[in-house]
Amino acid sequence: MSQRHPVLTMTAISKLFPGVRALDGVDFRLFPGEVHALMGENGAGKSTLIKVLTGVYDTDAGTVTLDGAQVSFAGPMQATAAGVSTVYQEVNLCPNLSVAENIFIGREPRRLGVVDWRETRRRAQALLARLDLHIDVTELLGSYSLAVQQMVAIARAVDVRARVLILDEPTSSLDADEVAQLLRVMRQLRDEGIAILFVTHFLDQVYAIADRITVLRNGRLVGEYLTADLPQIALVEKMIGKELDALERLDSEAGRDPAAVAAGKALVEADGLGRAGSVAPFSLTIHQGEVVGLAGLLGSGRTEVARLLFGADRADRGRLTVAGRPAAVRTPVAAIERDIAFCSENRRTEGLVGELTVRENIILAMQAARGWLRPVPRRRQDELVQRWIEALSIRPADPDMPVRNLSGGNQQKVLLARWLITEPRLLILDEPTRGIDIGAKTEIQRLVAELSDGGMAVLFISAELEEVLRLSHTVAVMRDRQMVAQLANDDSLDADRVMRAIASGAQQEGLEKA
Amino acid sequence: MTTTPLAARAERAWWRVPQRHVPVLATLALLLVMYGVGVSQYRAFSNVQVVFNIFIDNGFLLVVAVGMTFVILTGGIDLSVGSVVAMTAMVSASLLRDGLHPALVLLIALLIGPTLGFAMGCVIHFFDIQPFIVTLAGMFFARGMCTWISSTSVPIADGFWTSVAQARIRVGENFVTVSVLIALAVVAVAAFTLAYTRLGRNVYAIGGNQQSALLMGLPVGRTRIAVYTISGLCSAVGGILLSFYTLSGAPLIAVGMELDVIAAVVIGGTLLTGGSGYVFGTVLGVLVLGVIQTLITFDGTLSSWWTKIVIGGLLFAFILLQRLVGIRTK
Repeated sequence: MSQRHPVLTMTAISKLFPGVRALDGVDFRLFPGEVHALMGENGAGKSTLIKVLTGVYDTDAGTVTLDGAQVSFAGPMQATAAGVSTVYQEVNLCPNLSVAENIFIGREPRRLGVVDWRETRRRAQALLARLDLHIDVTELLGSYSLAVQQMVAIARAVDVRARVLILDEPTSSLDADEVAQLLRVMRQLRDEGIAILFVTHFLDQVYAIADRITVLRNGRLVGEYLTADLPQIALVEKMIGKELDALERLDSEAGRDPAAVAAGKALVEADGLGRAGSVAPFSLTIHQGEVVGLAGLLGSGRTEVARLLFGADRADRGRLTVAGRPAAVRTPVAAIERDIAFCSENRRTEGLVGELTVRENIILAMQAARGWLRPVPRRRQDELVQRWIEALSIRPADPDMPVRNLSGGNQQKVLLARWLITEPRLLILDEPTRGIDIGAKTEIQRLVAELSDGGMAVLFISAELEEVLRLSHTVAVMRDRQMVAQLANDDSLDADRVMRAIASGAQQEGLEKA
Repeated sequence: MTTTPLAARAERAWWRVPQRHVPVLATLALLLVMYGVGVSQYRAFSNVQVVFNIFIDNGFLLVVAVGMTFVILTGGIDLSVGSVVAMTAMVSASLLRDGLHPALVLLIALLIGPTLGFAMGCVIHFFDIQPFIVTLAGMFFARGMCTWISSTSVPIADGFWTSVAQARIRVGENFVTVSVLIALAVVAVAAFTLAYTRLGRNVYAIGGNQQSALLMGLPVGRTRIAVYTISGLCSAVGGILLSFYTLSGAPLIAVGMELDVIAAVVIGGTLLTGGSGYVFGTVLGVLVLGVIQTLITFDGTLSSWWTKIVIGGLLFAFILLQRLVGIRTK
């Protein structure tokens, strides 16, 4: 990077929310033709900084300059018009419109005021081809995978002649191939001179692509570094602000002994359970105190397995046995009655009620289990909530804060707390660590290990193989909506072998777990 | 590993209909079946004039339903339409009685509806209040205005009005009225607007995901206000067509019409949650209601309340169908 002028400078930005100082005198700058990673734990202020930049929030103090001129955008629309485009973690497009239209809506090519659909399609196709994406642009966006939708969002952002492109955790729901493609696109855009602000939780991606790193912690600037000058471990330390050897400790103390656990009592046995169009029939046994990891690519049927076990989808074949008794788990209520808990992947849409407070969200499942006629006494509520806020270190530790004001990682912890107070025998965790920071991730992993040591069975779904391998006694591998292998996690199992199973289907390895 | 993972997706067979067209096609099939039943049961049913009469009798309903389609596509609702129709007819009748020039009366009548619609849209947008409650207030307001103007029916004797109302436009051996032509023109303009203008596309985007539409930089506020204004305009046009049809203004006419209109739009395949639907579907929805009425008239023994019963059943069936299509898409 030469000493060119930054295209964007943010100086001494502060932002207050009721009870929270989200940003406190933060500086940030962005040079043209560079990828600048914005790093920090959940609640560090990354999202707030971006929202201040794009005009979603007002600042309480500080200035933003774009090309040397001070700006204050009234909203994302103005920011986009000025060349600052944002692609959010949750794809903010309209699933009911076609791909082409999603790229161009608001600035469709027109002739005499009439939308020129043919030109729209042609340009959309050309634009996506530049991103190496060849799809039918007349199909509805909603019919494509999240990854494709994400690329469409980027295509839209780029086509607005953006000079600053903000990518807010674009990779959190993509699989490895898709990430590689995204990084390729980012490099291409960078080489065209676009300044890219990249927010992610994946350190590998940061080191693969970022030229510069800015670290935030608790709403304050920790520092700005060249990636080359900042080793990974130093970065993690700066983000967390404490020595992080918890991950390593977890590894050594784990003592995952698949054989010992498998000898224990079987808790949940699925025999040929399946659902047409969703998951091919599979058989799976989960023992008490066992962590079964479910590995596989995005869309391989991991979530579908969880939904069948929880009764969120109804199985149309096979049998399910819970604690030795046949169980027709047709609805989540039936599953909850059998002490099965399910933390879903989409914590915003399927789990938490944003308007309710932390306390109300945590109590929800317990209250539902008791029935609405027997309210949980307030004192008991406070006691439980306080205990879990402390146990999971939910921040801010205010039970009366609306959940939507919490960061992603803390929302995840609230969801976990909700299910944990019902003391389930089987806890299903679908991507519990997705999109949250390393600190919270470690805490959740440690918690899973502790719970299983205490006898709770856990079905742990994650796209991160390392995480699955670290925690699980048994790894079940999904591929193309089939359970293709169940591997005992002994010394011989490593990420390589699981990946081979995912890639090849590994029929020969299938069901070797007796 | 596939070579292009991002493109990997179940290919749709050529004979499979896109999910978004299923509700409209279901309505079309229903319409054809009902028409077929009519033709097979009653000899006179196959007369082309029967179809034309359905348009003549329901022209005003069609126009109002087109306006409602805009509103429902954004995920909103407009309960004021029936009252606005009545108010427009009432205002026209009373101004004509007072001897105002018909052109001026038309202008005033056509301004009232959109003005009220614009006001309701502003309240809905700027104060962030549920469309249901705002347009409910509008409904009471407009109905009250009707009675304030006159508590009894006001006949129209104006020359221009009666000549338009009685004009017969020959189509082959049959005829339609001016109202039908106006209604069809409104349908054409609306269909074009929704498919080929930014306003129309923004309507769909807002219905799909209002938050996203905002973040994509679309003029959400302006569009939402626009759809209630359009619905008001359509109600005004519908009110004038109704005054042609009845040659009077009455304080209690078109009571509950908003519900028929909503039923027609929903039966026509427009999702109540917004974002999906077509003006063509609304035309089919109105025709379905019309054919039911005609069948009951031809039968002669059934009470006209059977219309309501059948509409109720159909509405229920179509909402279920939408739900099923929605679940399958997910």
